[in-house]
Amino acid sequence: MPILSIITFLPLLGALILLVGVRGQDQAANDNARYAALWATVATFVISLFLLQGFDASDTGFQFVEERAWLGGLSYRVGVDGISLPFVLLTTFIMPLAIWASWGVETRVREYMAAFLVLETLMIGVFVSLDMILWYLFFEGGLIPMFLIIGVWGGKERVYAAFKFFLYTLLGSLLMLIAMIAMFWDAGTTSIPELLRHEFAATPLSLLGFEIAGGFQTLLWLAFFASFAVKMPMWPVHTWLPDAHVQAPTAGSVVLAAILLKMGGYGFLRFSLPMFPVASELMTTFVLTLSVIAIVYTSLVALMQEDIKKLIAYSSVAHMGFVTMGIFSANQQGVDGAVFQMISHGFISGALFLCVGVIYDRMHTREISAYGGLVTRMPLYASVFLLFTMGNVGLPGTSGFVGEFLTLMGTFQVNTWAAFVGATGVILSAGYALWLFKRVVFGQMVREELQGITDLSRREALIFAPLVVGTVVLGVYPSLAIDMFSPAVSALVDEVQTRVAAFQALADVALK
Amino acid sequence: MYSFILLAPLVAAVIAGFGGRAIGERGAMLLTTGTVAVACLLSWIAFFTFDHEAVRSIVIARWIESGSLSVEWGVRVDALTVVMLCVVTSVSALVHAYSMGYMADDPAKPRFFAYLSFFTFAMLALVTADNLVQMFFGWEGVGVASYLLIGFWRHKESANRAAMKAFIVNRVGDFGYLLGIFGLFYMVDSMQFDDVFAAAPMLADSTFRFLGMEVNAAETLALLLFIGAMGKSAQLFLHTWLPDAMEGPTPVSALIHAATMVTAGVFLVCRMSPLFEVAPTAQWVVTVIGASTALFAATIGLVQTDIKRVIAYSTCSQLGYMFAIAGLGVYQAAMFHLFTHAFFKALLFLGAGSVIHAMHHEQDMRHYGGLKDKIPLTFWMMMIGTLAITGVGLPLVYVLDTPIGFAGFISKDVIIESAYAAQAPAANYAYLLLLAAAAMTSFYSWRLMFMTFYGKPRGDMHAHEQAHESPSVMTVPLIVLAVGAGLAGMEFYGDFVGHHEAAFWGASIFTAESNTVLHDSHDVSKLVKLSPFLAMLGGFALAWWMYIRSPELPGQLAERHQGLYQFLLNKWWFDELYAFIFIRPAMWVGRFLWKKGDGATIDGAINGLAMGAVPWVTRLAGRAQSGFLYHYAFAMLLGISALVTWYAVTGG
Repeated sequence: MPILSIITFLPLLGALILLVGVRGQDQAANDNARYAALWATVATFVISLFLLQGFDASDTGFQFVEERAWLGGLSYRVGVDGISLPFVLLTTFIMPLAIWASWGVETRVREYMAAFLVLETLMIGVFVSLDMILWYLFFEGGLIPMFLIIGVWGGKERVYAAFKFFLYTLLGSLLMLIAMIAMFWDAGTTSIPELLRHEFAATPLSLLGFEIAGGFQTLLWLAFFASFAVKMPMWPVHTWLPDAHVQAPTAGSVVLAAILLKMGGYGFLRFSLPMFPVASELMTTFVLTLSVIAIVYTSLVALMQEDIKKLIAYSSVAHMGFVTMGIFSANQQGVDGAVFQMISHGFISGALFLCVGVIYDRMHTREISAYGGLVTRMPLYASVFLLFTMGNVGLPGTSGFVGEFLTLMGTFQVNTWAAFVGATGVILSAGYALWLFKRVVFGQMVREELQGITDLSRREALIFAPLVVGTVVLGVYPSLAIDMFSPAVSALVDEVQTRVAAFQALADVALK
Repeated sequence: MYSFILLAPLVAAVIAGFGGRAIGERGAMLLTTGTVAVACLLSWIAFFTFDHEAVRSIVIARWIESGSLSVEWGVRVDALTVVMLCVVTSVSALVHAYSMGYMADDPAKPRFFAYLSFFTFAMLALVTADNLVQMFFGWEGVGVASYLLIGFWRHKESANRAAMKAFIVNRVGDFGYLLGIFGLFYMVDSMQFDDVFAAAPMLADSTFRFLGMEVNAAETLALLLFIGAMGKSAQLFLHTWLPDAMEGPTPVSALIHAATMVTAGVFLVCRMSPLFEVAPTAQWVVTVIGASTALFAATIGLVQTDIKRVIAYSTCSQLGYMFAIAGLGVYQAAMFHLFTHAFFKALLFLGAGSVIHAMHHEQDMRHYGGLKDKIPLTFWMMMIGTLAITGVGLPLVYVLDTPIGFAGFISKDVIIESAYAAQAPAANYAYLLLLAAAAMTSFYSWRLMFMTFYGKPRGDMHAHEQAHESPSVMTVPLIVLAVGAGLAGMEFYGDFVGHHEAAFWGASIFTAESNTVLHDSHDVSKLVKLSPFLAMLGGFALAWWMYIRSPELPGQLAERHQGLYQFLLNKWWFDELYAFIFIRPAMWVGRFLWKKGDGATIDGAINGLAMGAVPWVTRLAGRAQSGFLYHYAFAMLLGISALVTWYAVTGG
């Protein structure tokens, strides 16, 4: 059974049915659209669980592989390994929650739901594609529905934010496309498994009078980096993210933070690190530097934000700094930590954006100063928000700790300076997160307009429930996730280290 | 049994916290209190029955595994653990019971008791840890519990600030702790205590590159861990959160900010004794910081007028004693003082709580006076606490090889005598500072007693008339603690620091062969043995002179030495200094990076780049708003997808 294709295209089918089958703009039609979308995503999630059953973590190759010839000599090729499977599951897990959290959307409901379903197909496609061209289509295609979600259903300055988002990420991608064409010429294939086995030349070459260490690999690495760094986003190409988040509707922010941001990290793990290991090794200090700057810089900026969503957006950038740091430390703890951090961040930041959505739906403002003392009227909300704040701070016992801990541990083995500066994020995150919590939730409720605010509805509580469970369970028993990807990561790390060592041995011989 | 002690409070906390409405206020209180009481009973059974020779490790579940890193949830049973189990569960059980009376009027009792039990669980997880990462879990867990309990009255702005401050300052310490863990893993490739201990001699002879320097592994890692200990135990430079933490309800101050959590740093140093024993520089730092804190905090305690703040600075100071002596290699004495201090400091705090309760939540001692006859039981219990902390006993008298006196007398004298006997470079410094601190301890403790219970009533007369003794659910815990404060020193002297010391601690504390300080301390001269007692008498006499004999004297002194008085009253201006060098710059830099970095520079550059695209952008933007664009985009996308699907299904 082509289970991966089913998971990938089921949401798209749902979108088609929605657009064709649901007519009218009345209440009933809107409800139909909502439930159709919810069921489509739930069904996708349930089917994706079968992957767990058939998946063999000890096999570090690709599984559930489907392969078909496609137009122009290209091929449709999908499959998952230990590194991509968690992301597939993360996507199918988050989507029903995002849809369910969108019950309050009243304009163009049908199109809204369809956009999310199309987005889900494209996101899953990114994580299952085993062909570079197919992957590129999914990767870039994801921009379009997200662009629309922000641009059509967003806040006041949605158009500016949507275009900033679109142009930023597109510019990075063009370089990547050129690099992919070069890779095809060099390796003669677009198949990702074959590209993973191919060794791209790393001998130094000179270009325009510059001596480039790592040669061809470095050029390819830089082109991919341009794209992934924007997606991640890494400092200093992160400024699209706060704007996009602030303007996006709640569910848009949730998906953006929980899943779309992970594509950059996934790209690093799928392409940059294994395909260009020598270049990655050369660039380690560069990436670590950008990562720790991201952690400190965006944490400090987060401290001063006046808009709740912007604050959480900046905190996301800081947390992604741990991910890039972990990936390019290129050892078991670092990469394990990076993958774990991405999953955990999917839960925690997704939940935090939902938390903002809850009060935004009620008060229609995201200004921190417009709130205060919510705990008196919203005790349940306060507890949920507190849990995710603590997760965001990386408290042991929540999933947030494991990722930060492992990435820092991995980094320490490579570069103590980076670990040292990165670890200050532990202090800074406590600063901005607790200060936010204090200003919004604690204190006396002095504002008139807050007096009638209501606690979580049953629907909202049920949306949070799986995220609460996930955050705590992964914090207490992270092996649940680590066991899935650790063998694949181990194979990846070994391969990278072997190749780097082989290259260095060759270089040493050449020197003599 | 150990798993039960560890996990039962967590279960009780969860039930009380989430099922508070279902089981009712009373149910929540009785459940949590009962559970902790049972845990306490089991802990004492363990105390008298555990195997001193062998270390037992009980694995409960897997936790973090990644490559060669393998961390498990588990319990380590040795003398250190068991002593801490007794301290934690005993004080916790008494504080639970006491809180039933103290918090009687509070509408959020289930939440309070859930937090207390959660704290107990986290603290137990800390002391039972078999590896550094679980210890960190407990370490941060107690931090969160402390955050929640300091800010328990969440409408209070000052309480919220204090809670936040406590968490963040502790995080500064945790930063060091984490780096210490990473370094240990890098060098030892394990987080298990046994592996780390076995590797300690190797670490002493190894170096590694840290921040561009080639450093000695044992020294560096011990120092990094000690930074964590400084945060949790509120030692000099990271002490600022502890006095503010007094914003929490008083039982919380007794449990967390006196008897248990703040001693975690001392416990950490003792637990890591194999590492510290081979790191003389780190030991020197521990001693200097500890002794300095002991004196520094005592100087501030001299002039504070809030009854809880006096005791808070006293706690800070007493913790300094424990660090000073741990740094000199006498971990047994540090643990002994930790043990006795838990009793008399919890007693003093709960006694203060009883006074505050009687005086309608007035905490300023300037509004007390003459309460001796109003609340006699509280007075006598406080008196025992004061006799214990100031160190009252019969110097130079031994019965059955045991000194005679209140708990604090015995444990503090061991510390001061050992400091004198030690040969380490910082030993003399420690001895002199600790001796001076002992005199100050006596002064501020007696000042507290005299201002509260003696003299004429001051302040709101109405409050004085209404002052009444606390209910027995509050006074019985006081009596139990008073028994401990009176007898624990004599009872446990032999085991902790006396002749049975080696057999009692077994393998849980490691002392180098050359380290004979504890042994030598028994042979110091009579004058040295008398010195802390004389210091205590001096402090007492001065307090009596200033607060009983001529009460107008303190005001005149403060007038005459305004500068010094303000300096002490304002706590050496540490808060202001930190606001000036850390907090305000961080905010300024944050705003600068946001507006100038992100705004002007990055967005500016990108907008500049995109200038060429602007006309195109605006045209498209107009269309997006007109609502047509997404139709086009959808059509395009669906087309592509349909194509992909078609080829996928038909195989092209």
